[in-house]
Amino acid sequence: MSGVRVLVGTRKGAFVMTSDERRERWQISDPHFPGWEVYHMKGTPADPNRLYASQNTGWFGQLIQRSDDGGVTWKPVGNEFAYAGPTGTHQWYDGTPHPWEFARVWHIEPSPSDPDTVYAGVEDAAIFRSTDAGKSWQELPGLRTHTSAPGWQPGAGGLCLHTILLDPRDPRRIFAAISAAGAFRSEDGGETWRPINRGLKSEGIPDPEAEVGHCVHRIAMHPSRPRVLFMQKHWDVMRSDDGGDTWREVSGNLPSDFGFPIDVHAHEPETIYVVPIKSDSEHFPPDGKLRVYRSRSGGDDWEPLTRGLPQSDCYVNVLRDAMAVDTLDSCGIYFGTTGGQVYVSPDGGDNWAPIVRDLPPVLSVEVQTLR
Amino acid sequence: METTIATVRVVLPHHLRKLAHVEREVAVEVRGSVTVGAVLDALEEAYPMLRGTIRDHGTRRRRPFVRFFACEEDLSHEPADAPLPEKVATGVEPLLVVGAMAGG
Repeated sequence: MSGVRVLVGTRKGAFVMTSDERRERWQISDPHFPGWEVYHMKGTPADPNRLYASQNTGWFGQLIQRSDDGGVTWKPVGNEFAYAGPTGTHQWYDGTPHPWEFARVWHIEPSPSDPDTVYAGVEDAAIFRSTDAGKSWQELPGLRTHTSAPGWQPGAGGLCLHTILLDPRDPRRIFAAISAAGAFRSEDGGETWRPINRGLKSEGIPDPEAEVGHCVHRIAMHPSRPRVLFMQKHWDVMRSDDGGDTWREVSGNLPSDFGFPIDVHAHEPETIYVVPIKSDSEHFPPDGKLRVYRSRSGGDDWEPLTRGLPQSDCYVNVLRDAMAVDTLDSCGIYFGTTGGQVYVSPDGGDNWAPIVRDLPPVLSVEVQTLR
Repeated sequence: METTIATVRVVLPHHLRKLAHVEREVAVEVRGSVTVGAVLDALEEAYPMLRGTIRDHGTRRRRPFVRFFACEEDLSHEPADAPLPEKVATGVEPLLVVGAMAGG
């Protein structure tokens, strides 16, 4: 029988939630790594029982945990993230040069084909790769040493590399996004990178159409169409049909085009989801109504999805890595909030229900479809 | 010259105990001079999962929110190669690895 396993990272631990394909009744684990921040947890497509988790505290630093039994037991693997070569500087919030310093792993992206190969996006912004199932990590320094890097400035959450997309058809093509540097693409397996921000306009930077400096919050891709990318930027929802070479705005009739996550329906590559947030100053939904917006046309035309979601007095946020989709026949959509709720829609967004309501603030949500 | 081996008691904070699957206090064998650096070397040798959690992998500097106490003194700012008090070296008193008090 098929089912799903939802992997939830929070400010105070990680939770594994399972259900059958109806997605109505849920088994929720006790907290894993209780008391630690878990920025991200993700399973490997090539071996669904192998999971990786990023565990961190300000006290004791970064750990990477690996499970080989679907999240029942975990063991710490390599946690040394040493930048390759001279680290140089990026710009600090006040515009002064600041040395690159490793703080945490924001995002883990396992290879679609090899369970031992996994990528990590870190703060201060860099991409690392492990080819031995997390035992050791090597930086792909071409991104951090890009000629534009000395001018990168951190977003409010730090200079974080938070998005890694691997082209399922071309293992040498990798997309990455950094707050607040922008989006980048590699065509050679991560050795060299180029900025892909043409078409982005950001009012908060001196040159609104600069090559780098944009606060990209999230990029999403449908695996069947790896040249079509969707982006939630600090403000603006964007779309590219040429692998990021050019972007156009598709915010359309959204009540606010500020937000963090964006995702694509598993079976409909033109159906996308965002969660509008009132503004960069007020990180909660407009009008106290938690609404996911769905576009079935790849942007521009959006409809609110509200059934089962709180429509009054709701002032939570949904963070950039806290939305996911499963691949069951009736595509399930999932998201978690800073108020500790994790919601599921088993029917592509028409109806929603909480899986759990009272977790610590949710940092990330991933889902595995088990068959 | 004969190298001395000392058995040093180390008290770990809650999160590191759980990570290393140990009780509140562990004993490690330290060869030669008993310093914070030598005790941490022995601790990380016995419990590799603690590498990087007390001191930085590369610089080997104490993480900012970690403190070292012993014999009712804060030894956090002592050089890593400074001898620890005799009572720690002889196992009478433990070296306390402490997560600094902070909210959250």
